[in-house]
Formats: sequence, structure tokens, C-alpha cells
Amino acid sequence: MIDQNQPLLSLAAVNYASGGRLLLENIDLQLQAGEVLTVIGPNGAGKTTLLRVALGLLQPQQGTVYRRAGVTIGYMPQRLQLDPTFPLTVKRFLATACHNDRKRAHRLLGEVGAEQVYDSPMQTLSGGELQRVLLARALVREPDLLVLDEPVQGVDVHGQVELYQLIANIRDQRGCAVLMVSHDLHLVMAATDRVLCLNRHICCSGTPEAVTGHPAYAELFGPLAVNHLAVYVHDRNHQHDHCAHCDRNLKI
Amino acid sequence: MNEDFFLRALLGGLGVALIAGPFGSFVVWRRLAYFGETLAHSALLGVALGFLFHLNPTVGIIVVCQLLAVLLFYSRRQRHLSGDTLLGIFAHGALSLGLVVLAFMENVRVDLMAYLFGDILAIGPADLAWIFGAGGLALLGLLWLWKPLLAITIHEDLARVEGIAVDRINWLFLALIALTVAVMMKVVGLLLVTSLLIIPAATARRFAAGPEVMAVLASLIGCLAVGFGLYGSFQWDTPTGPSIVVAACLLFMLGLLVPRRWLPGSAG
Repeated sequence: MIDQNQPLLSLAAVNYASGGRLLLENIDLQLQAGEVLTVIGPNGAGKTTLLRVALGLLQPQQGTVYRRAGVTIGYMPQRLQLDPTFPLTVKRFLATACHNDRKRAHRLLGEVGAEQVYDSPMQTLSGGELQRVLLARALVREPDLLVLDEPVQGVDVHGQVELYQLIANIRDQRGCAVLMVSHDLHLVMAATDRVLCLNRHICCSGTPEAVTGHPAYAELFGPLAVNHLAVYVHDRNHQHDHCAHCDRNLKI
Repeated sequence: MNEDFFLRALLGGLGVALIAGPFGSFVVWRRLAYFGETLAHSALLGVALGFLFHLNPTVGIIVVCQLLAVLLFYSRRQRHLSGDTLLGIFAHGALSLGLVVLAFMENVRVDLMAYLFGDILAIGPADLAWIFGAGGLALLGLLWLWKPLLAITIHEDLARVEGIAVDRINWLFLALIALTVAVMMKVVGLLLVTSLLIIPAATARRFAAGPEVMAVLASLIGCLAVGFGLYGSFQWDTPTGPSIVVAACLLFMLGLLVPRRWLPGSAG
């Protein structure tokens, strides 16, 4: 009998080092069924490493990683580097994962709003289309847990808002849990239940509102991020402001 | 008599081309060209060791290629040297070591040119049995690994999360490539093995909308190259292995001349 109150995923006191450098230090986290947890942090904070440890792709030197028995995971990798000589259409990319069930592949593409690329070669997709197709692939196995590594990478700001909305909808409709990595907080706010602020160790965590008010958050991202976040929350039409914020974030 | 050895050469060449198509496709998709090159170069060390221990040179080639595949599999996990550099060290180290070992054996006279560039006209019935036996085995193995290999080619970690035994499949694949290289040696020689893997596959790319189509097309294009190469070699008395590679290159260039609108819509 699987206890439904048990977390889907939990990490306890995890340390991970590579090449003599400690990349993750004393990480504790728990993810309940149906919950959305976003990991944010600057470049080199260990966000992707954390996901890879959670997925079991990397073995931590210390601590325990627990995944609930029988949990199905849908994974969306950060980037897909297909050689230009590899003839692979979106149709085939999805069909290989769902036993050549073409109808299902098409339905999944519909769910992520990318039906129009069904017959396109993978190499010709735009940034946004590729992210949607990767998301569809992550959904193929009807996952209980979606692990998304920078799901809005290579997408313009407008598209990022749409993608986060899509992820929120998927969670609402499917009831799956989501563990994702994001560069910054303000766009992801509406789509996440909890935020974990990472800089090799966990700086702070909690609801998005709680995290933005936390001194550790301001220290990590600078007071500007906090201010711009306020602007964004109060007036969603301030496109210039949050572009400026993105530029700033890239420099960190 | 004359026709016999031509027929055997043709059969051997076609057999090798058939095997090279699907393997060559994976070599280009997974950017393993230099890896294949390294295996081929190391084959000469296998030949030398074969003579040293009084074994059939082919046995020596297989043993050395498999050992090198294992060595490369493990050495890729370290981060001090890039993959390219490592391959360069292994390739030329093994080739040179092979030449040095051969030079030490004074009572052994080896037709070096035959190993470097192949000796398809000397193919005997035993060679044919080897090409079709071992080559067929390699192809069957590849067919068996096909689906998981495609998944790994798309994205290794994604394949791992989806429950594919990535390391084991990669390992088996490298072993099969090593076997293929040993089979191909006889026809095109160690310097030209990679060309017969890569050129037909690269030629097939423009005409293929899916991986399977590309693999089969690469085999057919390889067969054409073998046919034209053999014919040209007889007609103009040119070395056979290089003639086959020249034919493959010409086919590649011809393929580039085919207008884009004639190609399947989804091919890049």
C-alpha cells in the first residue's frame, strides 16, 4: 500500500561534490503529490545538479534521496543537441516514447499548444516550439512528477509567461507534482506553490511572497530584483521594467 | 578464374557496404567519426600482435579493437583530457606501436599496403564467410539495440530517466562497432574504414526523413560506391580501396546537386 501522505520525493542532508568542489551542501527538500516547487538561483548555484541528484542521475556522496516507490517521472532536459544529420521529426520524437501511438503523440502536442509542428524536423523548431515539444515528451508516460530543467530557456519574455501558465494548467488538469528550475522568480511566481532559493546551499524557501521578502533573497539577487518584482506584481504592463530586470539577472 | 576473384571482391565489397550503412549512420548521428578512426588505426597493432603470438591477424584485430573500446569507454569519464585529445593519442599511439612491433619481427614480411588501404581483390572464400558471418552478427546486434540506441542518441539522460540501461547499451554498441571495423579492414584498409562508414551515411542524409530510411539508403549508396569503385579500378587499373572511396565521394557530390524541391519535405 502506498501511503499518499508520503512525499513523492525527498532529499535529506544531501552533499554532492565533483572535482573536489562541493556543489550541493546539506540540501533538504520534500515534494508532495500535486505540488509545484521552483528552484531559483544564480548561474553556478547547482540548480541542474540538484535536479540530476533528485532524478538519480548523480549519486550524492552524503545524504539520502528518496523517491516514492512506483513514481513515474517525466523529465524535460535543459537542452537537446541533435546532430544536423539526425533525421528526426517531432512525430517520431514523441512516438518513440509512446510505443508509436501516433494519436496519443498528436493529442499531447495539442495539450502543449504545438500541433502545428507535428511533421517538422526537430532541428527546425523555434526556441518556444522546442520547449513545448520537450514538455509533451515529458508528459508521454503520464508522470506523477514532472522534472523541468529551465523550461523557458531560449524563449522571449512574453513566451515565458505563456509557458509558465501552460505548466500551471498542466498541473491543475493532471494533478502531477512539478519540480522545476528557473533563472528568476518574478515570471514564475503565479505558477509555483513553493520556491527554493539555492546557492549551493538552500538560502531560503517558502511561498513566492515569503521568499521575496526574505533578506537572503535580496542578498542573492540584489535589492533591484526585489523592487522590480514589486513593480511587476502591481502593474503587469510594465514591459520595460521587467526586461531591465532580466538583463540584470543575466549579469549575476 | 579471373571472374571468380572479381565476383568474390564484389560480394565482399557489397557485404561490407551493407553493414557500413546502419553503423555509419549512428557514427554520424553520435559524432563518433574520430572514434571509428581510432579503432581502425589500432587494428594494425592487432595485426602485429597476431603475428607475434601466432594468431590469425583478424583475431588480433578483434582483440585489440575490443580492448580499445573498453579503454575508451572508461577514459571518457575522466575530465583531464578532452575526448578528441584522448582519441588522437590512442589512434596514433596504437598505429605507431603496431608498426614498431612489426619492424621487430625480422622473419615476418607483411604487405603493409594491404592493411593500410585494403586488398579486396585478394578476398578468398574464408574472407567472404567472415564478412557475412561476423558482419551479419554485427547487424543483428544493431537491430536488437536499435530502439534504445535511438533514444540514447536523442538524449542520454532522458533515456536514463525513462529506464534504459544506457551504459550497457553504449558498451554493446562500441563492441559492435569494433567488430564492424575489423570486418571492414579487409576491403578498404584501416586508413579508409571511416570513409566507408561516414560518406554513404552523409550522402543519404538529404534523402531521408527518418533514421531507418537513412540507414537503408546509406547501405544502398555504399553498394553503389563499391560497384562503381570496382568497375573503375578494373577499367583504369587503379587501387581498388581508394577507388571505392573516390566513387563514394563522387556520389556524395552528386547528391548535393539534387535540387531541394525533389527531396522529402521534412529532410533538412
